[in-house]
Amino acid sequence: MAVAVEQLAIASDELHVIDVAHPVYSKLRHPLIEGNKSNADVTRDICHLLEPKPGIGWWLSLSASLVLLAVGIVATTYTVTTGIGTWGLNKTVGWAFDITNFVFWIGIGHAGTFISAILFLFNQKWRTSVNRSAEAMTLIAVMCAGLFPIIHMGRPWLFYWVLPYPNTRGTLWVNFRSPLLWDFFAISTYFTISAVFWYLGLVPDLATARDRTKSKLRRVLYRVMSLGWNGSNRTWSRYETVYTVLAALATPLVLSVHSIVSFDFATSLIPGWHSTIFPPYFVAGAVFSGFAMVMTLMILVRKLMHLEDYITPQHLENMCKVALLTGSIVGLAYITEIFTGLYSGNPNEIFVIINRSLGPYAWAYWIMFGCNALVSQLFWIKKLRTWIPAIFVLSILINVGMWFERFVIIVTSLHRDFLPSSWAMYAPSITEVGLLVGSFGLFFTAFLIFLRLFPVISINEVKGVLNYAKQH
Amino acid sequence: MPSSTDAKVVRYTAAFFENEDDLVAGAGAARRAGFEVHDAYTPFAVHGLDRAVALPPSRLTWIAFVAGAVGLVFALTLQVWTSAYDWPLNVGGKPFNSFPLFIPVAFELTVLFSGLIAIGVLFARNRMWLFSKRRVFEHVTDDRFVLVLKQSDASFDIAKAVNLFARFNAINVIEGDQFV
Repeated sequence: MAVAVEQLAIASDELHVIDVAHPVYSKLRHPLIEGNKSNADVTRDICHLLEPKPGIGWWLSLSASLVLLAVGIVATTYTVTTGIGTWGLNKTVGWAFDITNFVFWIGIGHAGTFISAILFLFNQKWRTSVNRSAEAMTLIAVMCAGLFPIIHMGRPWLFYWVLPYPNTRGTLWVNFRSPLLWDFFAISTYFTISAVFWYLGLVPDLATARDRTKSKLRRVLYRVMSLGWNGSNRTWSRYETVYTVLAALATPLVLSVHSIVSFDFATSLIPGWHSTIFPPYFVAGAVFSGFAMVMTLMILVRKLMHLEDYITPQHLENMCKVALLTGSIVGLAYITEIFTGLYSGNPNEIFVIINRSLGPYAWAYWIMFGCNALVSQLFWIKKLRTWIPAIFVLSILINVGMWFERFVIIVTSLHRDFLPSSWAMYAPSITEVGLLVGSFGLFFTAFLIFLRLFPVISINEVKGVLNYAKQH
Repeated sequence: MPSSTDAKVVRYTAAFFENEDDLVAGAGAARRAGFEVHDAYTPFAVHGLDRAVALPPSRLTWIAFVAGAVGLVFALTLQVWTSAYDWPLNVGGKPFNSFPLFIPVAFELTVLFSGLIAIGVLFARNRMWLFSKRRVFEHVTDDRFVLVLKQSDASFDIAKAVNLFARFNAINVIEGDQFV
């Protein structure tokens, strides 16, 4: 029932109307989103990515990812039906490729939580353009990570035995003193909290997609998933409260997860593992590798999905700065490790340090050192931080370096142990390589599906920062 | 949706705005002018709106805190009871009640309980669920900002409301029984 709108026109003459079409930008702040977007532009730009049928590029990428995934499925089937003997492990090196991949993927996940939770608490508004896809990356990376220990169990269908539940074995409880059990709790909590955090952020955007989409199937999907969201301010108020609570919970959680992963090594007595520096060293490395992966993905996404206005060079430069900081912490940790090892006076510790950097796996050590400690220092140069092809190449080098870091820590500490007669070399079998390839297949398959199914940029949060640089 | 069984149907007035600054200013002015603000509907969380409509802070933080405390107590009880009382096992000569080693799992379960219960209560409190059939103002999930006033008594002056919202660039004002 419309009330006379004519009255409005008369009354509004008395007002000083601010010209919204030509906003005045502050000299101190650069806009976070380029192209002077309106709220409707943001809705259209992001939802439009979901609406047309996927192009040939998407199908080709998906096919390639599925091929990689198929390799992983074959390798997993072979491992489970035949046994862990299909891997290159031996009596001396009982942990190698599998746990390397596990730690690598868990580390990748950390950037998503860092962006979504820690930067949220620090009020870093630029996070709004990248948090959605970074969180999706986290979830997928944690899934990839979780597969490795489960496959390593040999009987993966009994993985639930690590849960403390009343059972018919007299109720034999799990050993709560074991870091491997802490790991299970840490990673399952991490996955759950990241998933609800991501979903909570997605709900208002799913409502936006629901109210726009023409496709029947999608409307049903978005209607169910948006839980009847109608943008009520009471709802928003409670929503923001819980979002902040989850961010506050996820912040110590993300620090705890990789600390606990590092306890798997640090609580043992193996020289090269038994070190108090491990928790902060692992956490910094995780955030470092995660940001490298976010940069790799975001550079591809902004180019291929034409999101240059949303993911600007400024966003990438900010991420480079985080990578510079965490990369420097990692470099410092490498040097500290060398110093404490050599200064320890313990012949086994000294040997591990020398064997790592000059022994048969020295090539891996120097790939690690170069790609992490040295490559990250290039981000001091502003030209490189703002030149996107350079960032892309450097971010891939960092990913390679961080994979090798885990390989070096694990294999070089084990392969020459206290008893020279049991020294051995380790090389991965083709099955193990297949598992690594398969995890990348799973990662990219899931990420490509995410890009087509959900708004890839947080529409509601971006609308909230459109006025970031406008003068009031 | 209007309910025919109600003896007295409450009427509402909705004003539509094009940007958040007008909505916040309009909401504050309406409240000061003595109107009862029912709710506002926005495409994103508008900062300052809670204060403008005098919405008290949510108590969900306390629920999250209590849920976390429950998780902590549960985790510590579970670990001490299973490891030291129900079936004590000697693992590497460590004490049965090796309390410091129980901290990681206790922390994780604190976070898990707190997060899951907070979000569960959020959904319940907002009546958000999979098959919700709530109606939505057109364009409110896109670029429209809506302020809804409750016409609490007969003294409600619609002309006064229209004039007030016009001062804040409202693009339309409508009346109805219940919108969403």
